[in-house]
Amino acid sequence: MADPVPAERPSLRRVLAERDVDAVTLLIVPAAAFVIGMFVYPFLYGLVLSFTPKEGGLLGNYVAFFSDPYMYGTIWLTLRLALPVTLINLLISVPIAMRVRHMKRQRILTTVLVLPITLGTVLIAEGLLNYLGPQGWMNRALITFGMIERPIRLIHNYWGVVLSLVITGFPFTFLLTLSMISGIDPALEQAAATLGARARQRFSRIVLPLIVPGLAVTFCLAFVDAFSVFPSAVMLGAPAGETRVISIAAAQAAFEKYDYSYASAIAMIMTVIQFGFVGLVLALRGLFYKGPALGGKG
Amino acid sequence: MTISANDFRELRLDRIGRSFGVQNALAEVSFSVARGEFVALLGPSGCGKSTALNCIAGLLGLSSGAIWLDDRRIDTLKPEDRGFGMVFQNYALFPHLSVRRNVGFGLEMQRRAKAEVERRIDEALAVVRLADQGDKLPGQLSGGQQQRVAIARAIAVEPPVVLMDEPLSNLDAKLRLEMRAEIRRIHRLIGSATIYVTHDQEEALSLADRIVVLRDGRVRQIGTPEELYRRPQSADVAEFMGFRNALPGRFVRRQGETVEVECAFGGLIRGRLVGAESGSDLTVAIRPADLTPRPEGPIVGRVTSLEYRGEAHFGQAVAGDGTDLFFRSKTLVAIGEEVRFGAPEDRVLVYERR
Repeated sequence: MADPVPAERPSLRRVLAERDVDAVTLLIVPAAAFVIGMFVYPFLYGLVLSFTPKEGGLLGNYVAFFSDPYMYGTIWLTLRLALPVTLINLLISVPIAMRVRHMKRQRILTTVLVLPITLGTVLIAEGLLNYLGPQGWMNRALITFGMIERPIRLIHNYWGVVLSLVITGFPFTFLLTLSMISGIDPALEQAAATLGARARQRFSRIVLPLIVPGLAVTFCLAFVDAFSVFPSAVMLGAPAGETRVISIAAAQAAFEKYDYSYASAIAMIMTVIQFGFVGLVLALRGLFYKGPALGGKG
Repeated sequence: MTISANDFRELRLDRIGRSFGVQNALAEVSFSVARGEFVALLGPSGCGKSTALNCIAGLLGLSSGAIWLDDRRIDTLKPEDRGFGMVFQNYALFPHLSVRRNVGFGLEMQRRAKAEVERRIDEALAVVRLADQGDKLPGQLSGGQQQRVAIARAIAVEPPVVLMDEPLSNLDAKLRLEMRAEIRRIHRLIGSATIYVTHDQEEALSLADRIVVLRDGRVRQIGTPEELYRRPQSADVAEFMGFRNALPGRFVRRQGETVEVECAFGGLIRGRLVGAESGSDLTVAIRPADLTPRPEGPIVGRVTSLEYRGEAHFGQAVAGDGTDLFFRSKTLVAIGEEVRFGAPEDRVLVYERR
């Protein structure tokens, strides 16, 4: 039996080159170090910490959370805010983006819309506190026009937080939606029009299916953002009542009871819920066409 | 309100114009297309040919003029109400729909019965010879196949008029020749009117029954391919139809249609005068293939470049006053050599210089 010809071992350099690894690859080192140091390590630290409760076994914190309605109720309170807000933002972004994409002065509008992002949630919450308050413009205007008799309550409750989350979340959702819709080759809609499709059909048959995958990602990003709401829930909501969101529960555990282990466990629960929704939405996204929104070889 | 293929005789453009701001992309364009006719809109880029096509399709509104389908005015209808089939330059296939759903899109919009939709998809795919590719997504097809799908989609609704916007410009040379024959075959088969936009004069000559030459948004000439090839009515149309040599000259003598012109840099050349008048300043137009070295030739030029193209050399020379000459030579001439060129009298066209 003849020996098989020994295969020449490729040099390390060649192996690396085949995987596109070269000196330039080293440029990822700072970023990787940052991610590991500032994200991966704290996350793992928190994960371990959550399994070392002050009292009870390994799962003590989790048992405590899920046996106390005042604690596990925060999940529902948070979802009750985050889901509608995310959906509202998506639903108003799409029609506006459909209109705006053909506008000539798009940049001005985009700038105006981006402003709320730069202002930060706290400033917006403060502003809304005045604007929507019992003596704010909104109520006074409504009373002046005789639409209401006495001020309606728009702050320190559920609606105050919803409004502020919509205002801070909309620019983000809108910009993502606009870039997706602008990415669709206009010839596709023109082609649909010459084939007899009316505006509504062009949207539902061509535009919508092409942006659904992007909308799903936008939903995930906006949802995660809204789910971790904290400042506006405290300032504009009722942090002890109907807007006692899960991040407030975690903050209280950490900074009022100084139980970092319990706070970590709550943070982990937040993570799992967010991952759950993101995973669900991305799985549904897999059912749609995800290729480029172009009509052919361009 | 959709138009069915049978109740139409001709599509008529009545002095249509379209301006973008102060710029006139299209002005006073009139021509008509009869059922079964193949008309090419030919012109250099920016001449307004695509604008004209978009106006016919309804994707662009008119600034002036009217479009008639027989005695019905259609230029105020939306594209979805005109019922024309359109083939886009980049095909504009719906990337998320299978080939069958792409082809059936127009039929579904017309709310036809399911069985009829499927039958007509089969027919349209058979016409473009893609019957076995129906379940693929457009992205899985080659450029030529995508082109066929785009055509099948446009003809599946049996439109009275099929509009094609430079459909072959994204294909390689060999495929372009193949698809050219295909388009001609499909046009004959379905018998609708076809309006075909192109900047390629060869494509227009080989496909069209009639050619509309556009330049700067205006119609410069309308004629059969033969008329345009043999007798362009103006110097710029001639240049576009392949008369690359445009030589300045002065009127000397006229005998019927034949004029004798004194070239700015050489002797007398004889050609056919196009257009009734003849001023003293003339332009002599000659195709490169007709300008060849001749011992007694009236035009003198120094050869600057040569290109071997199998049956002959094509070359460039420069005349005494700097005018470029484009010639053909069966014999090898040397670069830098002074050569006398001439052309047969019936191949030389003479225009009044403006």
